[in-house]
Amino acid sequence: MSTPSADNPTRRTDVATHTHTRTRAITTREPSRPGHRIPPGVWFIVPFFALYVVFLLTPIILGVVTSLFNTSLAGGTGEFVGLDNYRELLSDDAVSSSAGNTLTFTLFSTPFLIVVALVMALLTHRNMPARWLFRLAYFMPFLVPVTVVTMVWTWMLGTDFGFFNGILDRVGIGPINWLGEPTAAMVSVIMVTVWWTVGFNYLLYLAALQGIPEEVYEASAIDGASARQQLFRITLPLLKRTTGLILVLQLIASLKVFDQIYLLTQGGPNFATRPILEYIYDVGFTGLRIGYSSAISYAFFFVILVIALVQLKLFSRREGSA
Amino acid sequence: MSAPTLPLDSTTSSRDDRRPGPVRLFTPRLGRVCMWVAAALIAFVWLLPMLWALATSLKPEAETTAYPPEWTASRVTGEAYTEVLSQGDLVVWFLNSTLVAVAVTVITVITSAWAAYAFARLPFRGRNVLYAITIAGIIVPANVLVVPLFQQMRIMGMVDTYWGIILPQVVAPAMVFILKKFFEAVPRELEDAAEVDGAGRSRIFWTIVMPLCRPILAAVSIFVFIGAWNNFFWPFIITSDPSLMTLPVGLANVQNAFGVQYAQMMAAAVLAALPLVLIFLFFQRQIVRGVATAGLGGN
Repeated sequence: MSTPSADNPTRRTDVATHTHTRTRAITTREPSRPGHRIPPGVWFIVPFFALYVVFLLTPIILGVVTSLFNTSLAGGTGEFVGLDNYRELLSDDAVSSSAGNTLTFTLFSTPFLIVVALVMALLTHRNMPARWLFRLAYFMPFLVPVTVVTMVWTWMLGTDFGFFNGILDRVGIGPINWLGEPTAAMVSVIMVTVWWTVGFNYLLYLAALQGIPEEVYEASAIDGASARQQLFRITLPLLKRTTGLILVLQLIASLKVFDQIYLLTQGGPNFATRPILEYIYDVGFTGLRIGYSSAISYAFFFVILVIALVQLKLFSRREGSA
Repeated sequence: MSAPTLPLDSTTSSRDDRRPGPVRLFTPRLGRVCMWVAAALIAFVWLLPMLWALATSLKPEAETTAYPPEWTASRVTGEAYTEVLSQGDLVVWFLNSTLVAVAVTVITVITSAWAAYAFARLPFRGRNVLYAITIAGIIVPANVLVVPLFQQMRIMGMVDTYWGIILPQVVAPAMVFILKKFFEAVPRELEDAAEVDGAGRSRIFWTIVMPLCRPILAAVSIFVFIGAWNNFFWPFIITSDPSLMTLPVGLANVQNAFGVQYAQMMAAAVLAALPLVLIFLFFQRQIVRGVATAGLGGN
């Protein structure tokens, strides 16, 4: 009230800007920012890219740098040691044994994770009574948090009162120390993993099967193809690309295994099931050697990168042909 | 009941079951029955662990270790459940998981969708370079980066905070890649018409593009939600304060504390498994689509 003269010009500017905005919006389709115009696309990308830079790019760079130092989690950057950490990992028995465990796990779990998923999908992709229940049963474990999985299985596999040993006992097979004996522990870990994660691959196969046009089967039936021939000459060949993709996804996921092994056996007995990711965790968070731990991470990173590049190639081919 | 002519199996009524005639001759009813039995057997084996957990959780604590194992005890009781719930932690972890999973889902989907929309429709100088960098991010195995990431979070003061759990989980370049393909499929004419009417880009995005892509957005949202809800490794690394733990991490922390109280342990397991199983029952179609889309990299 006391300063009407100061009030008026402001309002007038407001009105002016406003009209200006509207004309501009209609004619040039740009948000109004008289002076410097930032294209709208930039604003749409900024939030994602900021997160990308801070939480993905920064740790990648920080990791490379750290791997060249003997940094400790206890504090301090440590001193520059060049490639010493990388040299050390080449002669570290724990690296080769845990990488070996990861490889064993991957080689023995992947075939089951693919074949069982395929069998499940082939059995249930056509309508049958109670199909919804079967689908739920196959996929449900994938929805269960890993800790629940390991709690339930630790209980099932218990040596003294366990469900499995109870059944084995009835047919006269002595108690097996499922999680305490090296080979049995690896078998248990693989068994639990197949039970827990096969549902994901199952759904991928199911989606692929539903993408095969009915006419293909009709045409082949007219030509007198048997169900067996249809399976081996039509269905399985058409699932080849899906299988390739599942294989690559599965390899990457299996190489990164940690959760269920850590929770079931803590990598034991005597490190017989410890995967590489758990060793990285042990060196970094228990041994506090962040520098060395980062170096192992990076060596491992490159292995996965190579596989992931194959994946990307498969994806882009899929995109191209679709 | 009074309709004896009703076919007992669904072959005649089901839609996607009209397999052509000649095949029937070679796969008679017997083949179908065998398939059904095989499917049912696998289903039974797959359900067994959770059924055993359920059975154990409903027994009185003293009878859980009966040997050889029996499915039923002298009585059915909910004691283990009341005991587990009265300890309180489970509820806190459940709420933490919900908070984290919802936040991760909302932030991931919105920021990815914005970026995907710009990559699909809003050209500017340098956009292709940014897209290439984004795509390169798909192949980065995030779990392998935990050590440097933890180091960084410590510098940023985010250890043992909600943001520390949430933010590293929201960067999803694959999501941008998938959504971009769907946004490109939205008819350009609709957007152009809105633009002529004076709608800004943001308005077009929220009122035209997003609603049109609702099915795929629902699918990827549920996919992200499941991943975040069940994520173990990162929350396990970043939290040591029990009041901030998510369900999988909290349970892992007390797994040994249950000791020989197997009924309580299984009651906790059943309660923790329940939310997502219920969600699956309600959103079955979206989840299946989400897996098919995200799992196979879109399309």
